[in-house]
Amino acid sequence: MIKQSLRYLVPAVLFGALVGFFFIGLQKDPSEIRSPLIGKSAPAFSLESLGDPAVRVGTADFAGRPWLLNVWATWCGGCRQEHETLLEIARENRVPMMGLNWRDERALALQWLAQLGNPYVSVAFDPEGRTAIDWGVYGAPETFLIGADGKVLHKQIGVMTPEIWRRDFLPLLAATEEGS
Amino acid sequence: MRSTWLQASLLLVWALLANGANAIDSERLEDPVLQQRYEQMTHELRCLVCQNETIADSNATLAADLRRELREMLKAGKSDAEIRAFLTERYGDFVLYLPPVTPRTWLLWAAPALLLLGGMVVAALVVLRRARTARADPAALEEEPENL
Repeated sequence: MIKQSLRYLVPAVLFGALVGFFFIGLQKDPSEIRSPLIGKSAPAFSLESLGDPAVRVGTADFAGRPWLLNVWATWCGGCRQEHETLLEIARENRVPMMGLNWRDERALALQWLAQLGNPYVSVAFDPEGRTAIDWGVYGAPETFLIGADGKVLHKQIGVMTPEIWRRDFLPLLAATEEGS
Repeated sequence: MRSTWLQASLLLVWALLANGANAIDSERLEDPVLQQRYEQMTHELRCLVCQNETIADSNATLAADLRRELREMLKAGKSDAEIRAFLTERYGDFVLYLPPVTPRTWLLWAAPALLLLGGMVVAALVVLRRARTARADPAALEEEPENL
């Protein structure tokens, strides 16, 4: 008799487990893929500067100190959204931010910076998206934090907000500043 | 009149089919062997922007860029394994539609075999029990045994 009633519990337990998996799984955002670059050396690049094709800018400019790489484009709506936050971060003047202008037109990108303000110390121009592939970029905006040792510490996929900056970036930045 | 309509619709169907075969990707490699590897691999790689499409099916800019990288690597004589390594170093295993067997994915790969095995065990138990019941009381098989 006891055995009989236990048998009816089996589907209930299985159903409960299923609900548990869905409860956790459905709260995750499938579009956020953890970058395999985290903890590895930042992929080196040297590209034309957006403002002046004769000038090269790249990873070597930041050797020995932490920096940010923000991937943006004028066709990217999220980039427009986060621009104010990027300007705020630039005003803090704590860590230099480089822009990677991804698959864009030079004239449009320069116009954007002139109109909305320029949070970047330099902007690398990547119209064919080759450097972006090296960095595993799949959707702008994306923001990387690179440590003083040249390793990628964090990647933010999607719009940067002051909350994300304080919660995810500042503690890592403090740690890498202390280490250098 | 009627046959004109038939001809016209056949032509339309043919045009749609021909178009569907290579709707997105117009680039071809000269070497037919490379082209074949190229087609095979573009169907095994995920487009990360539109995550349920392969880079062969996707019209996204990133998919086009990845196809270009793939063509260049094939022309440069890279092996399939080298190309997969290049992409997973940058985008993770998620870029592969056939993920490698790792501690995180072995259950996924083993699931079909495990389910089949489980089904066979259940089936064997049922058959054995019915055989026992039949030996004890042949008439019991006439109706469905209550405890099954």
